[in-house]
Amino acid sequence: MSEPISGAARFIGQRVLRKEDLRLLTGRGSFVDDITVPGMLHAAFVRGEIACGKVISMDLSQAREVPGVIAVFAAEDLGAQNVHLANMHLSYSPGIISRPLSSDYVAYVGDPLAIVVAESRYIAEDAAALAVIEYEAEDPIITIADAIAGRPVHPGTENNLAAEVNAPPNDKIEGVFASAAHVVGATFKHQRIAQSTMETRGVVSTPGGDNQLTVHIGCQSTHVFAGVIAKNFGLDHTKVRVIAKDVGGGFGLKAQPWREECAAIAASLLLNRPVKWIEDRLEALTTSNAAREQEITIRMAFDGDARMVGLDAEYASNNGAHPHTPDAGMPVMMFLTGPYRPPSYRFRGRAWHTNTVGLGGYRAPWAIEAFAREVLLDKAARQIGIDAVELRRRNLLSGPDFPAANPIGIPIDDITPMECLDKLLTKIDVPAFRAEQAAAREDGLYLGLGIATYIEPTAMTGVMILNSDVAHIRIEHDGKVTANLSTHSQGHGVETTHAQVIADTLGVPIDDVTIFQEDSTRVGFGAGAAGSRQAVIAGGAAIRASKLLLEKVKQIAAHALNASAESITVENGIVRVAGAEEMSRTIREIAALAYGEPHRLPPGMEMGLEAQNRYAPPSFTTFASAAHACVVEVDGDTGFVTIKRWISSEDCGVQINPAVVEGQIAGGLAQAIGSVLLEEFTFDDRANPTAVTFKDYLLPAISDVPVIEFTHITTPAKGEGGFRGVGEGGIIIGVPTLVNAIADAMTPFGDLPEDLPLTPPKLLKLMQSKTAA
Amino acid sequence: MSEHQIQLTVNTRPVQASVEARMTLGDFLRSKAGYTGLHLACEHGVCGACTIIVDGLAVRSCLMFAVQADGAEVTTVEGVANADGTLHPVQQAMRECHALQCGFCTPGVVMTLASLTADDARPAADTMLKALSGHLCRCTGYQGIRKAIDKLAEAGTTGGRA
Repeated sequence: MSEPISGAARFIGQRVLRKEDLRLLTGRGSFVDDITVPGMLHAAFVRGEIACGKVISMDLSQAREVPGVIAVFAAEDLGAQNVHLANMHLSYSPGIISRPLSSDYVAYVGDPLAIVVAESRYIAEDAAALAVIEYEAEDPIITIADAIAGRPVHPGTENNLAAEVNAPPNDKIEGVFASAAHVVGATFKHQRIAQSTMETRGVVSTPGGDNQLTVHIGCQSTHVFAGVIAKNFGLDHTKVRVIAKDVGGGFGLKAQPWREECAAIAASLLLNRPVKWIEDRLEALTTSNAAREQEITIRMAFDGDARMVGLDAEYASNNGAHPHTPDAGMPVMMFLTGPYRPPSYRFRGRAWHTNTVGLGGYRAPWAIEAFAREVLLDKAARQIGIDAVELRRRNLLSGPDFPAANPIGIPIDDITPMECLDKLLTKIDVPAFRAEQAAAREDGLYLGLGIATYIEPTAMTGVMILNSDVAHIRIEHDGKVTANLSTHSQGHGVETTHAQVIADTLGVPIDDVTIFQEDSTRVGFGAGAAGSRQAVIAGGAAIRASKLLLEKVKQIAAHALNASAESITVENGIVRVAGAEEMSRTIREIAALAYGEPHRLPPGMEMGLEAQNRYAPPSFTTFASAAHACVVEVDGDTGFVTIKRWISSEDCGVQINPAVVEGQIAGGLAQAIGSVLLEEFTFDDRANPTAVTFKDYLLPAISDVPVIEFTHITTPAKGEGGFRGVGEGGIIIGVPTLVNAIADAMTPFGDLPEDLPLTPPKLLKLMQSKTAA
Repeated sequence: MSEHQIQLTVNTRPVQASVEARMTLGDFLRSKAGYTGLHLACEHGVCGACTIIVDGLAVRSCLMFAVQADGAEVTTVEGVANADGTLHPVQQAMRECHALQCGFCTPGVVMTLASLTADDARPAADTMLKALSGHLCRCTGYQGIRKAIDKLAEAGTTGGRA
C-alpha cells in the first residue's frame, strides 16, 4: 500500500451522507428527459414487426401527412448519416455492420426501420403507427442451437458465428481427466436478461453553430459517448459535447450509444433542429440490448484428495442480431478458475447471431464463471462425499501460494477469499442449521444453505479507454474546492465518495468540495462507470492531484509565513505552522494570496491553486474477494423460494464509504436474486418478445430481497488509497450462492435443473418427479 | 384532438391549462407544468416511480389523464419539503438511510411513504413494506428503503445482524 493519506482520515471510511441525495429526494435532479431545448422536436420509431425477413416495401406517406410531423426518415433518407456504429472502445467491431436504421431486411422484432420526428411524442407515435410495411417473412433463428444449425441471420454472411475465443492449447488436459479420481460436469444455462434501468435510454441532440453538437444522453461516460458519436458521424471530437448529470441506472446498457440514440442524432443533424428521443418501457423491454443468455458445459477433474486438477469448459453466448460488440466470453475464459489453485485448463467460447435484439454488457458480463464454477463445486462435493466448504478450503489460493497466476497467466497475489470465508463462517452456525434443516424436512419444509466464494476483477486496464482516469482539482480564489473528474455516476455516488477522498487528502471540510463529472468538455478522457473502476483509478487520481495541490498550499504558506514547508499542516480548512498556532491561516486566505498577491508567492511559482493527475493503477486488475452465504426455504407445496437470511463477507480494500459499498453489493444481490428466481426475457416461436411489461418481466420487489447482513475485511490494495472495486461483486456471487442454497434444500429430490430462472413450477416439477418415482 | 380546460392546484399553486383529452397526468405535470421531479419509468402502472398525491391519495400519474385531475389538489415530490428547504421526514429518513442510488424511482417512493405518514400517522413498518411492494428499484436492493421504513415506524427491528 502507498503511504497513508495525510492527516487523520476524517471522511474515508465514514458513512457520509450523499451529496447527490438532496437534489434527488426533492425532485431537483436533471435526467435526460428533464432537458428541454427551444425548438426541440420529438422522435418515435417505425419498427419491424417480424423477427426475420426481407422488407419488400415500406410506405411512409400517411405518416408524413400527419399534422405536426416534421420529417420521417427511413434508412435511405438518412443517407450517409445512417452511419456505421462504433463500439465503446472507439473502434469498429469485426463482423457485421450495425447502423441506426435497417433497410432491406429486419433481424429482430423491433428492428428500427424509420424515425418519425414531430412536434410531440404523442404525434410521433401516431404517425409511426401509420407506416405500412410488407415483408417476405422467414422462420426466425431464436436460440443458440438454431444459430448453429440454421441459415445466416445476416444475408450475405456464411454462418451465424459472431466471434470465438479459445484458451491457449492444452494437449495434457484429456490425460488429466482420464486419470482423475473424480470427474463432475454440468451444462448451465443463464437466461436472457432485460437490463431494466429504471430510467430508460434517452437523448436530446442539439446541433449548434460552428459544427458543434451538444448531446444530452443517458450514458456511463460522457467521454466515451463523445468519442463514439464523433467517430460515428465523422465529427471532430472536440466539437461534440456530451452532457449527463443524473442517469437512472446504466449496468452496461448505457456503455455506448447505439442504434436509436444515433438515429435521433442523425435526424437532428439532417434537420438542424434539436431532437429528443426517450425510450418507453415497451421499447426498453424489447429493443434495448439485452444481456446474458449464455450456456456453458463445464467439467472438473479432482484427484484423490479432492484437489481440482482439471477444468474444461465450452461456452456459447446468444449475441442477437446487433450486439454492442461481439462477445464470445473472453472475460469468462480469463476468470473461470476464480480464486482457486490453477488446474489444467481448456476453454472454448463461441458467440452466435440470432433473430433477437443484440447483446449488451450487463453488470459483470462474465459472471457465469462464478455461477458455473461454484454450483459445480457444490455438486462435486456431493459426488465426492466431502463438505462443500472443506472442498473450497482445499482448493482456494491463500498465503503460501502467492504470488500466483491463473491458468492463462493473470497474476493473482493479494486476494483474501479464504479470510472472507473464515469470517463468513463466524456469522452462521452451520451445525445448528443442519439440525434445523433435518428437523424441518420431517415437517415437509425444505431449508437450504448455500455458500460461494469468488474474486472480482476490478479496475481492469490494458486497453486504451480503461487504462487511466484524470482528476483536475482546484482550490478556487475563495477557498472552495472544485474537482473535475473523468468519472460518471449512474447512482454510484461519486460526487460524495470522491469528495471524501479529496477532503481528507487536502484537509478541507467535505462541504467545501464539489465534484463535476457531467460534461465531456470539462476534463480529459475517462471511461466512467465500466468494470468497477472509479474508486480505484479515479480515486487514485484524486488523491495524487490533491497531494500535488496540498504541497503547493504548503509551499505558499511556508513562504508567506516564513516557515518550513515540513512544519505546515492542513486540517479542516485551517493551515497551521507547527508550534505557532497564532500563525494559522485559512485555506481561503492562502487561496486569496495564490490568486491575488503574486509577489508573496515563492519566486517563480505559478499563480493559483490547481493540480492535475492522470492515474493508472499498478496492476492489470485489482481483485476484490468475498464469500457469501444464504439460507432459503422452498415451499413443498408451491415450489416458492423464500430467502430467510443472506450474509455478505467481502474485502474490497479500503472502503471510502461503507454505505456506498454496501449499496453496491446489495444492488448487485437484488439483480442476482432476479436472475435466479424471477427475471426472464422470453420469446414465442416467432421470436416475438413475450415479457414486454413489468407485469410479465418480473423485477425483484422489496418483498423478494431480504435484509442483507454485511461484514468486511480490509486488505488495502497496492494502488493509491488501497481501494478495490466493488461494483459487480454482488451480482457475481449472488447467483451461485442462491442456487447452491436451493440445491441444498432440494437434496432429497436430486439435482436441480441447470437452467435459470429456478421458477416455482420448475422446483415443483423436481419435487413431484421424486414423489412419483 | 379535443382540448379541454382544466384547473387544479399543484403543490398549493393554482394551475390552469388546456390539454388534450389523451394526455396523461404524468406527462402534463412534467412537460406542461414543469414538475420534472415526477419520473415516468414504465407508463403502465407497475413500477410506482410516477406516484404523486391527488386529493390525499397516492396515485400513479401514468394511469390518470390530466383531465381527470380537473379541480384536484395535487402534490408532487417538489412539494413535500418545507419552503425553507427542511426535508420532509420521509426524505430525511431516506437520506440518512442511504435509501437511493440513481434516484430515478425515488420520487415515487417518497410520495407513497409521505401519503402513508401524512397527518402524523404512524403506520406500522409492515404496512409501509407492503405498500412499497408496488415500487421497483433496480439499484439499492431496497436495503436503505427498509431502514428508512424502520426509522419512520420507530421500530428499528431490521438491520445487519452480522
